[in-house]
Order: sequence, then structure tokens, then C-alpha cells
Amino acid sequence: MIRSLPSSALYRAVYRVYIFLFFTFLLMPLMAISVLAFNDSNFISLPWNGFTLDWFFSATDERQGLFADDELIASIVTSLSTGFFVAILSTLVGTLAALLFEEEQFRLKGLLYFLALAPLVIPGVILGISILLTATSAGNYIEESFALDVELFRPSYWLVVLGQFSFAATYVMLLVSARLKKFDRTLEEAALSLKATRLEAIVYVTIPFLRPAIIGAFVVAFILSFSNINTTIFLIGSDPTLPVDLYSRIRFSSTPVLNAVSFVIVLAISGFALFNIFATRQN
Amino acid sequence: MMKQKNNFNITFYLLIVPVFIWLIFTIVIPHAEMLISSFQVEDDMGDMVFSFANYIEFFTQKIYWLTFVKTAAYAIGVTLLAFIIAFPVAFYLSKVTSKKNAGFLMLLLLIPLWVGELVSVYGWMVLLGDHGVINHFLITIGIIDEPLNMLYTNFSMVVGLLYMSMLFMVIPVMSTLQSMDDSLIEAACDLGASKWDIFIKIIIPYSMPGITSGAIIVFMLVIGDYLAPNLLGGKNSLWFTEQIYNNFLQTFNWNEGAAFGFLLLMLSSGIIWLALKLSGQKLEKVGS
Repeated sequence: MIRSLPSSALYRAVYRVYIFLFFTFLLMPLMAISVLAFNDSNFISLPWNGFTLDWFFSATDERQGLFADDELIASIVTSLSTGFFVAILSTLVGTLAALLFEEEQFRLKGLLYFLALAPLVIPGVILGISILLTATSAGNYIEESFALDVELFRPSYWLVVLGQFSFAATYVMLLVSARLKKFDRTLEEAALSLKATRLEAIVYVTIPFLRPAIIGAFVVAFILSFSNINTTIFLIGSDPTLPVDLYSRIRFSSTPVLNAVSFVIVLAISGFALFNIFATRQN
Repeated sequence: MMKQKNNFNITFYLLIVPVFIWLIFTIVIPHAEMLISSFQVEDDMGDMVFSFANYIEFFTQKIYWLTFVKTAAYAIGVTLLAFIIAFPVAFYLSKVTSKKNAGFLMLLLLIPLWVGELVSVYGWMVLLGDHGVINHFLITIGIIDEPLNMLYTNFSMVVGLLYMSMLFMVIPVMSTLQSMDDSLIEAACDLGASKWDIFIKIIIPYSMPGITSGAIIVFMLVIGDYLAPNLLGGKNSLWFTEQIYNNFLQTFNWNEGAAFGFLLLMLSSGIIWLALKLSGQKLEKVGS
């Protein structure tokens, strides 16, 4: 049943087959799109017509490859830069939140902590519409009162950053808190008794200890942003992120270039996953 | 002494002010605004007035509340399925296989998790379509003559929902099981308990915190999902989030959309609250 206990050969065999089937189920869609990205055909489906790199590099009207498709490249760039800003902002605020809730005592702490956890149980759709409603109301108010048009208050790049930040910070907070719980408080106390201010103790003692978790959380925040669509779709302005662009292509104009993009994402994410495991394992 | 206290305060404000801004401006105010909007309709003069009309619309139009109930029922069903499928995997990774194997399999688990829902939903469209990979193989090896109708049905929708959510069941259950002392199982086994008894009386109760966390996350993801019902579901696979999307992005009836959003929020937090009460857990535990 477990490593240390004997179990019948049949039981073990059935269990192994189940695990094999589970991982087949898990990897099947990713394998299918990765293989079909190299199929020499104008349709997304089989049969296999031979190997080609057209869906990456070709620039003809019939076959517009990933790297020849300016719209796709633009949406990838938008997603990368959105992810970068979301990761910076949510890593900063999420880390501060972890320090605040782990180390400080104050009134209404419980309520504030509940609010910080809320994005875990609020569907992304609702975060999206509530931020859209608020931004629009604020934008209308400012336009009527001061005749100013503030970009942040319309569906736009920065509103997407704000919307994704609202939930990414929660995940950062949880990842950093988990490491902070393992922190030996006496190290901070030692710094304080050596006449460091509390701020210095945090900057020179606590933060270096948290570094692996902070790096890991940065990567997670980036990935959350990069793959998000539920919140993003309501806040998008004139420049779509990659998932939003892909979504409209899937609905209206599928070509195998979708496989090529998906393959690149799978490849990049696998790299990220490896990086994150090594980054967090170092300690 | 005075100086010390002063420093303490500066640090405290440096920590709390950004956190406070985050929570007030992106969580509290937007949800208050959503609640207020949901009670407003435009009158004949084009002004916003207080009204219950958006909620009345929901309860009087059968299609809305039927979709609402159906979404809730499916979400509960998918959560249950996710538990049944994921539990043996979590047990295998934490208790059965070697540590080295488990590390490699964990990496395989993380990739679909991080690739994002859109890519995996798209992958399922490629697999399940009438001219998709699975039908192609089945026809080639001669099991069927006509393609099976799998895509755009409730079946494909459930596959998509399970696929994107079940890993969130595997991971919390696995981490609870990792902290379980093997000697509990060994002792039960030495005392002659059957596998079934050990499973029901020892392993399940021990992993309850992980199961609750997993169930809450899976339920929340499924009930708030849009891509799988929209891209994999058929004409009859209406999902409540689709009504919200339609209100916001097609008919531009934002106030009704806000009311639907609020109802969805009530439904998901109500069921999660119930799950926490029944299992005696706290929300704090779900996150960790």
C-alpha cells in the first residue's frame, strides 16, 4: 500500500496503469498541439502530411507563420510587458503584505487578512467586471467634473495591469508567508539588539532570507498574468494580450499558427517550471 | 525608547499603506460599486435610478435561473469527479512512488497547470473535434466508421473543466499526505485492518484539510470558468459566466451584468462557506 508495506502484484499493476492513464490524459492535449504545429497542412487536424516549419516562419498569404504575423507578435509583446509590470507590482505589495500579517499586530488585522485572501475565492470574472465598473464610474466622474480623460479609467493596458495585480498579489503573499513562517525570529531580534532599526533588520536580515521565495513568487505572478483571460477580457483596451488574441482567433479564424503559438508557450512554460524549481530548491 | 517606538511606526506604515491601498482600491471599492450598480437601471430620461429590476429579471426569466442552478450542479459534480480522479494520484506521488520519481512527475503536473487554460482548452478542441486526433485514430484503426460527436457537447465541456481544475485537487491533498506519518498506516496494517478500512478510517480523515482546500479551489475555478463552457460546450451547455460576459461585452447591459455577478459571488461564497463550516476549517488554511 505504501513504500514500506508489501502489496499484491495485481494491486501494484492496476495502480501503475491508472497513473499512466492519468498522465496520458494530462499530456495528451499538449502533445497533440505540439506535434501538429509541424504538420505540413492548411488545416489544424490530421492526417500528417510531413514536417514543416511554415507555421513558424512562412510569410505567404496562405500560410502566415507565427514570426511573420505582426498582430501575434504585438500581442505576445503586450503579454510579456503586462506580465512584467504585474509581477513587479504584486511581488512588492505581496511581500509587504506577508511581512505585515506575519510580523505586526494591529486592530482589524483579521478583517484585512480576510480581504487579502478574498481573491482566492472570488471568480476572476467578478474581479474583472467590478474593476471595470469602478474604473468607468471614476472615469466618468473625472471627465464631468474636471474635463479630463484619464487612460487608467478606461479599458486599457494599465487597467489590465491593475486587474491582474489585484489577485496576483494574494498568491505572492501566500508564497512569501510560507517561507516567512520558517524564519528564525531570533535573527531579527539579534539585529535589533545590535542597534539596527526595525526597517534595517527587515532589509538586511529578513529580505535576504526570503529571496528564494520572492523570486519564485515573481515567476508565479508573471505566469498568472501571462495566462489570465477571465479578468483580462473585460479590461482590455486597443491592444489585446496573447490569450485574448488567441481566444478570438480560435472562435473566428483558426489556422495551424495557433498550434505553433501553443507549442512555443508550452516550451517556454516548461523552461519556467524548471527554472522555478531550481530557484526555490537552492535553499 | 521614544526613538525605538518611532521607528516601529514608520516600518508599520511602510507595510500597511501599500497593502491597504491594494485591498481598498482593487477589492473593497470595486465590489461595493458592483453591488450598487446591480440595484440601478436607466429610466426614460437616461438617468440611473434605484431598482430591483435586474434581480427581478433574473428570477422571472427561466433561462437565467435555470442556467444558474445548472452551473452550480455541474460545478459540484466536477469537484466530486476531480476528487475521485485526483486522490489516487496524490496518494501515489506522496506515499507510493520513490521521492525521485515523485519529483519528476510533479514537474509534469506543473506544466499543464502553468501553460494556461486557453492552450489546454484549445488542445482538447484539436483532440475531440469531428476531424480531430482521436476520431482520426479511431477511424484509421477501424474501430468506428463515422466520427464520434464529442466536441461541443456536455461531455467535452466536463473534460475541459476537469482538466483545468483537477491539479488544484492533487497538490493540496499531496501536501497534507506528505506530512502524514507512514507508521499510522503500518500500525493499522499490523493490526490486521483491510486496505479499505485503512483508506476510509485513517487516510481520508487525515487528508481532510487538503481535500477541503482542493475542493474549494476546484469549485471556485469551475463555477467561474468561461473558456471551457464557451469553447468546448455545445448549444445546451450554457454556463452562468457566459450570461455575465454577454451582458458586458455584447448587449452592454452592465447593470444586469453586475446583478448576475453579485449573484454568482453569493453562490460561490455561500457554498464555500458551507464547505468550511461542515469541515470545520478556516479560509486561511485554504491558501496555504
